[in-house]
Amino acid sequence: MAALIALAVGVLLGCGTYLVLRGRTFPVVVGLVLLSYGVNLFLLAMGRLSVRVPPIVMPGQAQYADPLPQALVLTAIVIGFGMTAFIVALALRSYIAFNTDAVEPRGPDE
Amino acid sequence: MGPILLPLATAVALAAMGGRRARLEQAISLTATALLLLLSLLLLRSAAAGETSVYRPGDWPSPFGIVLLLDRLSALMLVATSLVALGSVAYACLSGLRARYYHALFQFQLAGLSGAFLTADLFNLFVFFEILLIASYCLLTLGPTRSRLRAGLHYVVINLVGSTLFLVAVGTLYGLTGTLNLADLALRVAALPAADATVARSAALLLFAVFALKAAVVPLHLWLPGTYAAAAPPVAALFAIMTKVGVYGIIRVATLVFGPDAGVAAAVAGPWLLPVALATQMVGMAGALATRDLRRMQGYFLIGSVGTILTGVGLFTHEGLTAALYYLVHSTFTIAAMFLLADLIRRRSAGGGALGLLFLFGAMAVVGLPPWSGFIGKALVLAAAPLDRVGAWVWGVTLLAGLVGVMASARMGGRLFWLPAPAGAAVVAVRRVRRSALAPVLGLFGAVVLLTVFGDAVTRYTRATADQLFAPQEYVRAVLPGR
Repeated sequence: MAALIALAVGVLLGCGTYLVLRGRTFPVVVGLVLLSYGVNLFLLAMGRLSVRVPPIVMPGQAQYADPLPQALVLTAIVIGFGMTAFIVALALRSYIAFNTDAVEPRGPDE
Repeated sequence: MGPILLPLATAVALAAMGGRRARLEQAISLTATALLLLLSLLLLRSAAAGETSVYRPGDWPSPFGIVLLLDRLSALMLVATSLVALGSVAYACLSGLRARYYHALFQFQLAGLSGAFLTADLFNLFVFFEILLIASYCLLTLGPTRSRLRAGLHYVVINLVGSTLFLVAVGTLYGLTGTLNLADLALRVAALPAADATVARSAALLLFAVFALKAAVVPLHLWLPGTYAAAAPPVAALFAIMTKVGVYGIIRVATLVFGPDAGVAAAVAGPWLLPVALATQMVGMAGALATRDLRRMQGYFLIGSVGTILTGVGLFTHEGLTAALYYLVHSTFTIAAMFLLADLIRRRSAGGGALGLLFLFGAMAVVGLPPWSGFIGKALVLAAAPLDRVGAWVWGVTLLAGLVGVMASARMGGRLFWLPAPAGAAVVAVRRVRRSALAPVLGLFGAVVLLTVFGDAVTRYTRATADQLFAPQEYVRAVLPGR
């Protein structure tokens, strides 16, 4: 499972990096989303991988998953979601103002 | 807790008012910021006595709960923040900045800044970073002219990538040590086995790279000048403190977690910090010389000042850190005032004479000419440099950068005040401002004068701060009383 997760994180971050370096806003936004997915997966894996193990204290349970990374990932997901919404709105404003979806739109300032 | 809750509560109240009653909102925002300054000064007094006070929200025992910690460094940063904020918000009111929600967002940003300076937990630091960044994205794109949209998009994307890297660094450190509490992290990093050295050092350097991005250190500085030049002037003035959050992060982490006693990750930023800082000084000043736009020039001066601060930090001595902290306070006030002054000059509000004198004063302070505090700060940095090859580089680059800065300022001043306005480019349709809008600029410059006159008292405080930072055991003991 570790190899699979590592592969997934690598592919997500690799694709994200490639897309963020594009010159149009839509691929950049998708790239940022992929980057945040990759990082969230990475954060979760940092609490050590486990399957069907509860993160809270339960009677008759010998093994526990680390609850902290799960809480961190939850926070990171919420923040990432808000940021994505914001940058989509910003990219739209930019598209309307410049009539192009280039990241570096040319044209007068006013 | 106060410096976070006060702006947060104000922000919520202002947001609820929905930007309909401008006058009342201005009054509330001004009062709250003045109160914040008062509160910070009180905290400064308690911290100056050498006390490290700890607040545990929810009263969870450390290292399990989040901890807020106030020491000399935090208190100093809080006072600098609230003073710049007061100048900025006063300018926004006096110059008639019209933007719905400006004051609410401004207070949100203050809450984020205070939180970042006070928290003693790495993930909590990330959260406060995001709060202040979200507020700054909105502030930057308020009243979206096309230049602001263009700069805003770049700024948001680069900071989102920065946040991603921050999370990777945080995750790696957590995977290694199982803690994110800074004090606990310091203990556990020091006890890491040699087998983890590579991973620990990579995580540490990644963390430093993220802070360097926020502080606009070369080669991660390219986003700053365009962004700050496009921002509304009071927003740019507040942003002068935002790069200092990155500097604060570097100082805090380099002394507490990855200090000389950190075992396998000891002094990991050591070989990098000084060369990068010197390059930042030089690039900042050269950029200032190259640009023809006054606000863009202040952005480059901001980069240069970060270089000077980090030069002091990069020496890793008590004297160096003392000088760096003094210069940090000085450069924050000066450059914030210069961003406001640049707007006044653009609008030609109060006749050329007064503005010219103010520009002369500000330029002298920014580039570090005597007698103002910039000179004291730079002299302290130079005096802290050792007398060997390293010292020669520090002296050479700092003095050369200063010279380039003087040339840039002189040329800009000459063009602004001595050349007649080119025909055709005559007064753009800008609203003239009241003369009273000079008051915040004068106030911030007054703070620079005070910083000069009471230089001895201030350096005594920053020296005590440096001593405290180089003795992280005190910090650890305050957070984890058992160890």
